[in-house]
Amino acid sequence: MIPAITFKSNGINFKEKAFKKTLTISAIVAVIILIAIFFTLLINSFPSIKALGARFFYDKTWDPVADEYGALPFLVGTLLTSFLALIISTPFSIAVSIFLGEYYKKGIVSETFKNVIDLLAGIPSVIYGFWGLFVLVPVVRVIEMKLNVPPYGVGIFTSSIILAIMILPFSVSLSRQVISMVPDHLKEAAYSLGATRFEVITKIIIPYTKSGLFAGLLLALGRALGETMAVTMLIGNTHSIPTGIFSPGNTMASVIANEFSEATGKLYTSALIEMGLFLFVVATVINIIGKQIIKRFTL
Amino acid sequence: MNRHDSKSEIEKQIARRNRKNKRFKGVIIGATIVSTLPLLFILFYIFRQGISAINWQFLTHLPKPVGEAGGGVSNALVGSILILLVSCIIAIPVGIVIGIYLSEETKSKLAYYCRLAVDVLQGIPSIVIGIIIYEWIVRPMGGFSAFSGSVALALMMLPSIIKSTEETLKLLPESLKEASLALGVPYYKTILKVIVPTGLGGILTGVILSISRVIGETAPLLFTAFGSPFMTTDIFKPMSSLPLIIFNYATSPYEDWHQLAWGASMLLILMILILNIISKIIQRKWKVQF
Amino acid sequence: MESAVLKVRNFNAFFGENHILKNINLDIDKNSVWAIMGPSGCGKTTFIRCINRMHELTPNATAEGSMKLNGEEVYEMNPVLLRRKVGMVFQRPNPFPTMSIYDNVIAGYILNGIKLNKQQKDEIVETSLKRAALWMEVRSTLHKKGTFLSGGQQQRLCIARALSMNPEMLLLDEATSALDPVSTAKIEELIHELKAQYTILMVTHNMQQAARVSDKTAFFYLGELIEANNTKTIFTNPKHEKTQDYIRGHFG
Repeated sequence: MIPAITFKSNGINFKEKAFKKTLTISAIVAVIILIAIFFTLLINSFPSIKALGARFFYDKTWDPVADEYGALPFLVGTLLTSFLALIISTPFSIAVSIFLGEYYKKGIVSETFKNVIDLLAGIPSVIYGFWGLFVLVPVVRVIEMKLNVPPYGVGIFTSSIILAIMILPFSVSLSRQVISMVPDHLKEAAYSLGATRFEVITKIIIPYTKSGLFAGLLLALGRALGETMAVTMLIGNTHSIPTGIFSPGNTMASVIANEFSEATGKLYTSALIEMGLFLFVVATVINIIGKQIIKRFTL
Repeated sequence: MNRHDSKSEIEKQIARRNRKNKRFKGVIIGATIVSTLPLLFILFYIFRQGISAINWQFLTHLPKPVGEAGGGVSNALVGSILILLVSCIIAIPVGIVIGIYLSEETKSKLAYYCRLAVDVLQGIPSIVIGIIIYEWIVRPMGGFSAFSGSVALALMMLPSIIKSTEETLKLLPESLKEASLALGVPYYKTILKVIVPTGLGGILTGVILSISRVIGETAPLLFTAFGSPFMTTDIFKPMSSLPLIIFNYATSPYEDWHQLAWGASMLLILMILILNIISKIIQRKWKVQF
Repeated sequence: MESAVLKVRNFNAFFGENHILKNINLDIDKNSVWAIMGPSGCGKTTFIRCINRMHELTPNATAEGSMKLNGEEVYEMNPVLLRRKVGMVFQRPNPFPTMSIYDNVIAGYILNGIKLNKQQKDEIVETSLKRAALWMEVRSTLHKKGTFLSGGQQQRLCIARALSMNPEMLLLDEATSALDPVSTAKIEELIHELKAQYTILMVTHNMQQAARVSDKTAFFYLGELIEANNTKTIFTNPKHEKTQDYIRGHFG
């Protein structure tokens, strides 16, 4: 005999409404946080924007003592290291993506290398920088001596190499996925016409995944632009425009890291924050474009 | 045209293409191996340098002034854990709730902007997060504090917790919700007592992975937690942390400090490895079948 | 005269602009098994989902008209309380994967926070599982997770789960279409036994099943209730042309 149990409503409606409201509010909070981040950067950059205007980006003298803030050297440093890292990293990233997305999709080899790439992504930036300081720098010094350039060891070249290693996992994770998702029937059609695997990869797979690969590179670029610690430790930290790839330099992120806590004066701090605003905007634009491409690709 | 001739022409061409094919595979494999070498070099080097630095004194003593031998990273170890604990307290509930919202609402305008906000947040350089928290918390508070560092790290953990929660819950079949609702279980209880517990494995995995990602972050702590030579558990004071001392000691000119930094690096890597292994175990054990 | 458990008057249901159910009028009497039949898209699933107000969970879904469950106006009740009075079993078995078989049966009580002592729980579990013809097969493995059972067993577990709440009506939404013939036969037999205590509405697209199991049949077509009568009459002497065409397999 199933006992008769009376059910009470226990204020269900109230709890329901409270729950749904909490969910909605949390989502609004997320949006508000982002808007607040943007406006904080913007408002705190005003003093610098007002005082310097566009000069900020093409003036090459950064002299806090004289209250001069031209960020061109850092802009150059940022772009140089990021694009150089991208150039170094791309062939390897595409190779690894083909390895994991086409040749070794499953099995022990696949899992092992996937884990290795994931581990690469998990190593903290500061440890990359530390290792770079003690292992890469001496090597680069030797190279520089052979090439008869001043053997700083640190500089644009060294930081680009470490950046290339650091951004590899990010472009690989996306590119590997798009490559592995190429429909089998396309590949089989090519094979049945007598194509070799190499030809299928270069003539069918790569063209098909072009936009996905591009998005992967974009996201990697976005990461490179904002990367701070490893670069700070390996770039040489000078205020002048780098003259060659072996010269020391600075990136916007590393300048902020080095100078923000000791910055005195409203204009100094504001100039640093304006660089932060720049990084925020560029990283966001790249991020959104990359994600849009991915969305279009997976539809 | 002599048929015999063109046949060997074709055979030659095919042989050439096959060679190219083999060479290409070799290049791909070679490039992949080269890409993994840095990992091996780094891990090997850190282990070699760090293993000699780790001993009981290392883990329990404070750093000694320059020149004095010995010393340890106890304050940084405690600092890292404490700062992380507070960030988890902030980020986990908020992240899961937002993740639940996004998994339930797919079409509303708010959901679209919320997702956009999360995506943008994920891409913000960590040094910029440091600036933000400095302006929001450090300045009003009048000084550096572990708490501000925790908030910075919490901001960085949010996107991955939100995304993994959303993705885990989205994978659950609709029939699960319907079964519960049809039994007369109110919506909020259905989510809290059926949907979330069923997806707990995936949510937990996401949380642990996000912890492993921020445990090594330095840039957001540079001008928030700032670091300290003292052992403290007061979260409203500046606090040391493993990545911070690695940065400071590695860039210093002193050999003993370099040693400490290697030890700290190895400690950090071990913690990250353990967290990753834990997350994989959870993923396997909590696999819910349908 | 049998008392009507469910009285439907001038009932209409919509998905946004789409008029899914058109002016339904129907009386469901106590302790009968009704087959709700019709071609795909005729509104039969929408109809039963309106009875326990699952229909309105879809965005833009609305309904108007009268449905009285044992005298109470369904659309004026608290939907959550209503659903505790009406049990539903779905096409795909959906036991809760994190709960044991034991807990799955009394899930309705557990999730709603209704406190029962061990004796009450044991009693409900055993009675419900017996009524669902599953007791003998799982009595020694009640602590195991529900998902380790076969499809047919899982579905009987879902039936037990619905029965444990002592519903005034049991709704089966194509409950056997995802099952193999043996399990289907077992459940059909079960329905026959359950009739003594429960009123059952089963949506089915399987005419033979309707003929085998049900006492009465309601035939829906394009949202309208074309004919509702004793199953025997519907199948041997349908009054409406459309009904006849459907029975003869002129459309599916």
